[in-house]
Amino acid sequence: MSTETNTIEQLATKEYKYGFVTDVEQETIQKGLNEDVVRLISEKKGEPAWMLEWRLKAFRHWQELEKSNAEPTWANIKFGPIDYQGIRYYSAPKNKPKLNSLDEVDPEIRKTFEKLGIPLEEQKLLSGVAVDAVFDSVSVATTFKAKLGELGIIFCSFSEAVREHPDLVKQYLGSVVPHTDNFFAALNSAVFSDGSFAYIPKGVRCPMELSTYFRINAKETGQFERTLIVADEGATVSYLEGCTAPMRDENQLHAAVVELVALDNATIKYSTIQNWYPGDKEGKGGIYNFVTKRGKCQGKNSKITWTQVETGAAITWKYPGCILQGDNSVGEFYSVAVTNNYQQADTGTKMIHLGKNTRSTVVSKGISAGHGQNSYRGLIKISKKAVGARNFSQCDSLLIGDQCGAHTFPYMEVKNSTARIEHEASTSKIGEDQIFYCKQRGISTEDAVNMIVNGFCKEVFRELPMEFAVEAQKLLSISLEGSVG
Amino acid sequence: MLEIVNLHAEIEGKKILKGIDLKVNVGEVHAIMGPNGSGKSTLAQVLAGRESYSVSQGEIRYQGKDLLDMDPDERAREGVFMAFQYPVEIPGVSNAYFLKSGLNAVRKHHGLEELDAMEFLKLIKEKAKSVNMDETLLNRPVNQGFSGGEKKRNEIFQMAVLEPKLAILDETDSGLDIDALRIVADGINKFRSKSNAVILVTHYQRILSYVVPDHVHVLLNGRIVRSGGKELALQLEEKGYDWVKEESEVTV
Repeated sequence: MSTETNTIEQLATKEYKYGFVTDVEQETIQKGLNEDVVRLISEKKGEPAWMLEWRLKAFRHWQELEKSNAEPTWANIKFGPIDYQGIRYYSAPKNKPKLNSLDEVDPEIRKTFEKLGIPLEEQKLLSGVAVDAVFDSVSVATTFKAKLGELGIIFCSFSEAVREHPDLVKQYLGSVVPHTDNFFAALNSAVFSDGSFAYIPKGVRCPMELSTYFRINAKETGQFERTLIVADEGATVSYLEGCTAPMRDENQLHAAVVELVALDNATIKYSTIQNWYPGDKEGKGGIYNFVTKRGKCQGKNSKITWTQVETGAAITWKYPGCILQGDNSVGEFYSVAVTNNYQQADTGTKMIHLGKNTRSTVVSKGISAGHGQNSYRGLIKISKKAVGARNFSQCDSLLIGDQCGAHTFPYMEVKNSTARIEHEASTSKIGEDQIFYCKQRGISTEDAVNMIVNGFCKEVFRELPMEFAVEAQKLLSISLEGSVG
Repeated sequence: MLEIVNLHAEIEGKKILKGIDLKVNVGEVHAIMGPNGSGKSTLAQVLAGRESYSVSQGEIRYQGKDLLDMDPDERAREGVFMAFQYPVEIPGVSNAYFLKSGLNAVRKHHGLEELDAMEFLKLIKEKAKSVNMDETLLNRPVNQGFSGGEKKRNEIFQMAVLEPKLAILDETDSGLDIDALRIVADGINKFRSKSNAVILVTHYQRILSYVVPDHVHVLLNGRIVRSGGKELALQLEEKGYDWVKEESEVTV
């Protein structure tokens, strides 16, 4: 049997990969969170002692925060109290029923798959239908892995990294987002399930977009994802998170942490498409997406770019930021956030300028339709030592209909007089005039809205890798379907 | 091609058109003239299907079909084009992309194959030349940052590309200097043919020296009070709208 067939077989039976997963019922632990639960999670994952210690420290901190009601309330979002003791913090795999064919998948989801043009085999994988062993991207994944290995690039699940590359994990884990950073980061640090780890060695330019999509075993990593990407000196990497397909999950609370580290002359580009279940048209259900994402431009001339297209989730609370520590380092944030129906988003960025001649660019496009509420919240901080720092921020809001809202909360702290900061903001409405003009040229209402919205987001889509950009446009039109007339 | 019978239309409860009768045959150019507030633009908007106007009475037949029964985009695909008095800006959408979407929607409607990027580019470059439009405007966002004259020229350019059957030009001549007026008029003359028709809505006689109409109608207070040949426009220029007003009061 060839090695390739072997891998395929392994992947086809991946559900049982962790050995202890035999009975779904038994594998789900009791609801609630205490020290024993944290220990149990660590034990189940076969973690070394230092990892457990790290988790426990975070847990104790979180406990203090919870006691003092330190769950953040400053964001412009509304939701009922979260019962942290009502959540199950470990279940592997998801107790989603396995389906036998695509006919058993929710027709609404299938419709979206078709509109997005997702191939059949992929549709099966995404919706949890048993997969044939000939699934294309399996072999793609194996080929990729071999190629990456030759270059010394490490790209694996977080659990694997803890076991196989403990020194790297120890060195960088929590170095950008410490467990004390905020309430949800503390929670994640204590109970994180799995996620991705990538290390690009010195001088290596990663030859392909790294994507969780190809790392099959990263599926179903659960609600507390943890990602760490390190680009060593002179390394370059582009990472894609998520996919445009609708993601259903029984867990309402998602609290992920992503840390990026760029050393001297390194470049990291991190692109996200987020399409979690947004809840129904009446605003029932939907995922709370409370994410902490931060990159550290640790070395000189390093560069980190965040690009995000956020169309899903009932509530999005997320501020991918950059710590510009190295001299001449560059931070960029490009964002499109869509809220339709009863979705709420409070998102933006933090650019912390520490080094000399550090530069940052922020382009945020918020689109509100239905009863959606969309807030941009951004902090530009220029420290005393950041001589010659520059920032340009542009925040545009587009309103569709008159029941939605757009808000902008820019914060600036400038401690160096040589800094230059520019901030532009605009709010516009898709006008009846614009739609009528398009229609008068033969373009349907739906196409007109898509065209106008895509025009509005152009500066951000331009930053996405090509095929992602095409998908993002389609996704946007699906998210806004029926929002006009 | 177009037959308007006893058309009454209003906006926000205000009656604007009070019984318009008009017949336009293929190959003809009709000028609709009248003072401000007479209902000229309303007539153009109603023909194009602007939703804020409601038709309370009357009917419009277009190529044997009930025009009022069609959505604005359907009308456009059936060959009704309106050059806007105030062309609309669409940020981030290039003029070329916008027009390609429109043209392909029209082509698809008629069972023709959609043009690909290369074919389309070739077409618009030709057309741009014919209306003397700067090629750089093709890649700029729709009407954004265009001067008044450029916007109007862009409308005529779109007409040239879309090749409608019925073109309604809503005060396309207003606000143009004499050079721009000539270019616009030239574009209209190149467009007019035996197989289409033009309704030219205007306040001034000026453009009619360049685009010679077959029929001239004077609109007053929501009604056509007088129709005639091209000489009517000259009479109006000479005597002013008051002259028609007085005359029409006598006849009523």
